[in-house]
Amino acid sequence: MTAETSTWATKKGLAQMLKGGVIMDVVTPEHARIAEDAGACAVMALERVPSDIRAAGGVARMSDPEMIEGIMAAVSIPVMAKARIGHFVEAQVLEALGVDYIDESEVLTPADEVNHIDKHAFKVPFVCGCRNLGEALRRINEGAAMIRTKGEAGTGDIVEAVRHIRTLMSDIRRLQSMREDELFVAAKELEAPYDLVKLVAAEGKLPVVNFVAGGIAIPADAALAMQLGAEGVFVGSGIFKSENPAKTAEAIVQATLHFDNPKIIAEVSKGLGSPMRGIAAVTIPEAERLAIRGW
Amino acid sequence: MRIGVLALHGAVIEHIRTLQAIGVEPVTVRLPEDLEGLSGLILPGGESTTMRKLVARWGLREPIMALAESGAPILGTCAGMIIVAKEIAGGDEPVFPLLDVTVERNAFGRQLDSFETDLEMPIVGDRPVRAIFIRAPIIERVGPGVEVLARLPDQRVVAVRQRNVIAISFHPELAGETRIHRLVATMAAEFAEPREGTTAAGTEPWSLGEAI
Repeated sequence: MTAETSTWATKKGLAQMLKGGVIMDVVTPEHARIAEDAGACAVMALERVPSDIRAAGGVARMSDPEMIEGIMAAVSIPVMAKARIGHFVEAQVLEALGVDYIDESEVLTPADEVNHIDKHAFKVPFVCGCRNLGEALRRINEGAAMIRTKGEAGTGDIVEAVRHIRTLMSDIRRLQSMREDELFVAAKELEAPYDLVKLVAAEGKLPVVNFVAGGIAIPADAALAMQLGAEGVFVGSGIFKSENPAKTAEAIVQATLHFDNPKIIAEVSKGLGSPMRGIAAVTIPEAERLAIRGW
Repeated sequence: MRIGVLALHGAVIEHIRTLQAIGVEPVTVRLPEDLEGLSGLILPGGESTTMRKLVARWGLREPIMALAESGAPILGTCAGMIIVAKEIAGGDEPVFPLLDVTVERNAFGRQLDSFETDLEMPIVGDRPVRAIFIRAPIIERVGPGVEVLARLPDQRVVAVRQRNVIAISFHPELAGETRIHRLVATMAAEFAEPREGTTAAGTEPWSLGEAI
């Protein structure tokens, strides 16, 4: 009867407990409490929301540990924090702080343009971004216990999030339609491990939970992501860059829960004030796009 | 016979698949009208603070209390255990005060302290239960009339039953463990169609003939 900690079941299991919920970006303990009161199932602690990171330019790094600890002390729901792609020492620091999940995130400036973090080497679970099935399976192969489609963070424009979840889901459906002897070439084309490709073809879903992120600003955006196959949503700038964060946060939680009930989505969308102003993703030059970081 | 799964958020689909695996028709419950005609209800894992808000927001408190008080079996796992407790350490208000216990939230620590182990749980048989604990609660105080179903090796209580309400700290639905759901299904069947002679005043159709 020996107890084993940080098993694959416990890492992946925490994400399973978050399904159907909203994970909100917060920059202060006060934000974290607003998010928790609104019904967030977890918070992402970071120094600046993505739209501010975008506006500030420069190099975006891991947040100040003191600020992360302040947020961990303020709420009882799980706290996630971001490390740069490939920056395994930032990840070691976040693990030492005891955060509940690490997001190896394209929102921060990548630290390694070749290798992602070996996430199997950690006791804390990781979530990683993807734009398609191949990218998702490469991250899972490296040890990611949760996936989120990337969208284009900090824009308030849902278009890239829609592109990525549609691509992921259609990649999965295509695998399901294949003969078993066609999966070898499919794996080659996806640049993903054959065993994971075979598993997805058999089960019709990723072997870990998948949320949608990047560009969700109003309740209907969250419900759109859910109807397209998300198991939950991340909302970054969309809440605390809106006119009424507490109300917007709560409305997005309700719309994620009742994603297939337009009457309820209509009801919760009333009188929220202005959403974040946003920036059309199509106007962002290639070099400033966050979603292309990671491969 | 249909058993509901409270589907406000959390590990809903895992319980639905477990019910399907044992031949029970599952119903997802998000609004009060979804509770109609149910013979039992599962409160899944997730975040109890989130569920607390959503239960209140969608008017589920009274109808779920009524279902439980009518004798339908209720199974709470992890967050589900927290929301059926009469007392929550730290002073949070109870959500469904059904079980005379005090529950401590995140009793083992944060995610890094999540673990799995084999546990003896005699009510479901001799073979141990594979128990996955994720930011799990424990039962700190066991009130009179509450039966302990499982303990950790250090004697801390992680599964209990009081009449028709079962609460466990861990996640059978993540481990392919169906025996606890079978027990709930048996209780639900007896609730739906009480056996001859068990419906007289003062008897408890959910007792399954075992000492409580």
